[in-house]
Amino acid sequence: MISPKLVEVGRHINIELITCSEVKNLSGEPGNFEVSLVNHPRYIDPVKCTGCGECSRHCPVTAVNQYNMKLDDRRATYIEYAQAVPLAFAIDTDSCIGCGLCENMCVAKAIQYDDKERETSVKVGSVILSAGSKGYDPSGLDFIGYEYPNVVTSEEFERILSASGPYFGHLMRPLDREEPKSIAWLQCVGSRDTNRCGNGYCSSVCCMYAVKEAMIAKEHAHGELDCAVFNMDMRTFGKDYEKYYLRAKDKDGVRFVKARVHTIIEIPETGDLVVQYADESGMMKEETYNMVVLSVGLQIQPDTAQLAKLLGIELDKYNFAETNTFAPVATSRPGIYICGVLQGPKDIPGSITEASAAACLAGTELVEARGTDIPKVEVAEEIDVTGQEPRIGVFVCNCGINIGGIVDVPAVREYAGTLPYVAYTDENLFTCSQDTQEQIKEKIKEHKLNRVVVASCSPKTHEAMFMETLEACGINKYLFEMANIRNQNSWIHSKEPEIATKKAKDLVRMSVARAAALRTLKEKVVPINKQALVIGGGVAGMNAALSLGNQGFNTVLVEKEAELGGFSRKLHHTIEGDDIQAYLKKLGDEVTGHDAIEVLTKARISGFEGFKGNFSTEVTLGTDNEKRKIDHGIFIVATGAGEYPPKEYLYKEDERVVTQVELSDILEKKGTDGLDSVVMIQCVGSRNDENVECSRICCQNAVKNALDIKKRNPETQVYVLYRDIRTYGLLEDYYTEARKQGVIFIRFDQDAPPDVQPSSDGLLVTVKDHILQQNLEIRADLVALSAGMVAEDTEEMSGIMKLNRNPEGYFIEAHVKLRPVDMPSDGVFLCGTAHGPKLITETISQAQAAASRATTFLAKDSIKLSAITAKVDTDHCVKCLTCVRACPFGVPEFNTNEKLIEINEAICHGCGVCASVCPRQTIQLSFYEDDQIISKIDALLEAGGM
Amino acid sequence: MGNFEPRIVAFLCNWCAYAGADLAGVSRLQYPPNIRTVRVMCSGRVDPLFVLEAFKDGCDGVLVAG
Repeated sequence: MISPKLVEVGRHINIELITCSEVKNLSGEPGNFEVSLVNHPRYIDPVKCTGCGECSRHCPVTAVNQYNMKLDDRRATYIEYAQAVPLAFAIDTDSCIGCGLCENMCVAKAIQYDDKERETSVKVGSVILSAGSKGYDPSGLDFIGYEYPNVVTSEEFERILSASGPYFGHLMRPLDREEPKSIAWLQCVGSRDTNRCGNGYCSSVCCMYAVKEAMIAKEHAHGELDCAVFNMDMRTFGKDYEKYYLRAKDKDGVRFVKARVHTIIEIPETGDLVVQYADESGMMKEETYNMVVLSVGLQIQPDTAQLAKLLGIELDKYNFAETNTFAPVATSRPGIYICGVLQGPKDIPGSITEASAAACLAGTELVEARGTDIPKVEVAEEIDVTGQEPRIGVFVCNCGINIGGIVDVPAVREYAGTLPYVAYTDENLFTCSQDTQEQIKEKIKEHKLNRVVVASCSPKTHEAMFMETLEACGINKYLFEMANIRNQNSWIHSKEPEIATKKAKDLVRMSVARAAALRTLKEKVVPINKQALVIGGGVAGMNAALSLGNQGFNTVLVEKEAELGGFSRKLHHTIEGDDIQAYLKKLGDEVTGHDAIEVLTKARISGFEGFKGNFSTEVTLGTDNEKRKIDHGIFIVATGAGEYPPKEYLYKEDERVVTQVELSDILEKKGTDGLDSVVMIQCVGSRNDENVECSRICCQNAVKNALDIKKRNPETQVYVLYRDIRTYGLLEDYYTEARKQGVIFIRFDQDAPPDVQPSSDGLLVTVKDHILQQNLEIRADLVALSAGMVAEDTEEMSGIMKLNRNPEGYFIEAHVKLRPVDMPSDGVFLCGTAHGPKLITETISQAQAAASRATTFLAKDSIKLSAITAKVDTDHCVKCLTCVRACPFGVPEFNTNEKLIEINEAICHGCGVCASVCPRQTIQLSFYEDDQIISKIDALLEAGGM
Repeated sequence: MGNFEPRIVAFLCNWCAYAGADLAGVSRLQYPPNIRTVRVMCSGRVDPLFVLEAFKDGCDGVLVAG
């Protein structure tokens, strides 16, 4: 999944990768830092190394493979994993014996045994620290059996399940490589444990990954597999996570046991493990499993803490970076920003969101210098080849011996020369190397080639590079085709050279046929309107607008109410004790006083059209419904969410039943007067049939109010009736504190919810206690309902602006993990509770992230659209609307004035579904036209083929 | 049927199945050489006509993966 991101980073012209290096010193100030680096030797020149791997294959030395968590071996000459960027091997000198074999084998002459440690420095304006964490090392815990072979950490189990892992994705246990029939997961190893390891925090991610591992293990198993997850609370609090948990529990039969295992003993004869624990009623239990997985938490490593110290950044007691509630990605040292787990325990979407937020703030510091220190790409003027007969050049790559060692490359080259329209053939040691690129350019000119076929590795990794080579010679980049004779041939048929050679010829023949059918394509350039629109004036919208304004982009902020602030206007302070109203006041003043920001209140969206870079939105203002058109290049959706109005537990029937938001209001205004006993009920309007999702914020809300009550009057009894306490991350400390202060937490089952009845003396709450196995009756002066969140206003908005929503009414992001603040349509971004329930601090980083993503558009004057888009032949189209119905992105539209089907290439994703379904073949997908695909099929199967 | 070697045309989605076929190579998994791949931007691009064309040309099987 991260492979495309790696490739993008590796290829990005504005990103310089400095690997094998450590920061030694950082001097200077924001806008002008100097970073001193130690560059450790790699012993293989990453510029010359093509990543072919011959060095590693011939290395005679075995070393422990750290990447696969020591579960298998690697060579002393190695690459950590196949998708690594840069794709360059390294020599591990701790195990290398200096035999010189790799040097002899390396055809690219990349091995440099005399590589030395160097010191370099770079000048930068801002710094982002994303040093991350590792899994907790459970070796120090003597009771969970990590010394037994079949007890593995969750990190080790991830590698076991991975196709590129030690067992190639086969579910096996380490001792005897047998497939387990039963696996137990132990949660909170190295988390929520102040006694044994000192990590009082919740690692936030382990519950979800345990559920995922159990589900994948079941998929990989050949027979029945019993999966049991031993937990204190299941914390599946993220967007759509609860649904996944329920699927595992109710559909796939993963068992969830509420217990903390105290002892694990191995049965020596079988390697099986006896798991001992006390169940909820206090009974001692014993179960036997074939394998045990320890769900280890996230741990900041000592060297990371050392680095933070060196940079002058303050850390908390767990070594997470100290940050402010309202400035979540700024460290204690100006100009240094932070993201990922070093900021606090979090999952991938949270980390990626913070990464964008940190980039936003880092970029804000550099606004004046934007675009001044980046490389420029010169593109040669394009030669018009239309009407010319195809003259195809075929370049066959040996890839060192990766292809040449198996496939008879000279024979393939010779064969290519016999194919129609082929004007030139060549074979290269490495077609991708810099000098070969120059050779290709010369040959294109010398032989007047107007099409190029490269038979080598995968177009996924190398197509863009070869296309650039064509462009540099003035040949349209779409006159290029690759034959994948390595990844999908020599590597998978390495023991059958003759068959591999035959297949290579087939693949080259197919590619030559397609190349002959390729056409010149123009990439349309669209200008970008540099104004931004932000919809929603709460904490999310205001932060997004401010982040854009601070980067110098004019921004219009639209709010439906008369005042800015959104739902936060009802809140008093955060769990950390920070004053929300003071923050809102300061934020509102900054926004309204900002030169680049225009605020429109009492405004509603009433019309919308356009596409990325060129949107036009109609806003209806005030009570007299004045209409105004706003042109903008991007927009950010920050419409927020509200509190669920409970129907349960006598709410609105008895005034002594309130929501948590109302309770904090009461505490603020009247304190704890008359409150001797308060009962809080969790999951009201969440995790039920009506709303299956967890509302994420209610557990900490209850803990916050409980602590507030205890602070005001320690004598007041507070009971929290809950299903799972989900105080994730560093919020766990507040839960621990609440228990210390005497707040009583009582777990109840969804099937047996508490009962609230009015009585002569306050309210009577009845709940079944799990440990006592009987009903408890609690007298309460006040019952506070932890009401969940509900999405607001999304239905109308989604209709007007064509934005997708999930069944709960929250807007859907483009990709849950990789693009958490982008919406599926380009140029549209999402933040705040409109995306899903979240805390203020999370909302702020998400808003900054959305602004950062928007900047990737706004910083450019124009964008080049991919030419791989669908086109309609309107002369022959019968307007059957099949394409309109079939397009997954809703792009084809029927223009009622012109009576034509229109496909806007600016929003077309180039999937080609419309072209496939069109019953009259009047839609063609450029670069993948019918004849361009059929030519391949025909070429493959022509007489004697394959 | 003992010596039957099917000729299979595989239409692979660029974003998933094609990447998977690449990874199989990186992992050096060995599988029978009876498949020839046609890369498409989406398995939805596979027009039924392509499938018929392949059969008409004499292949024994068509795989659409995406």
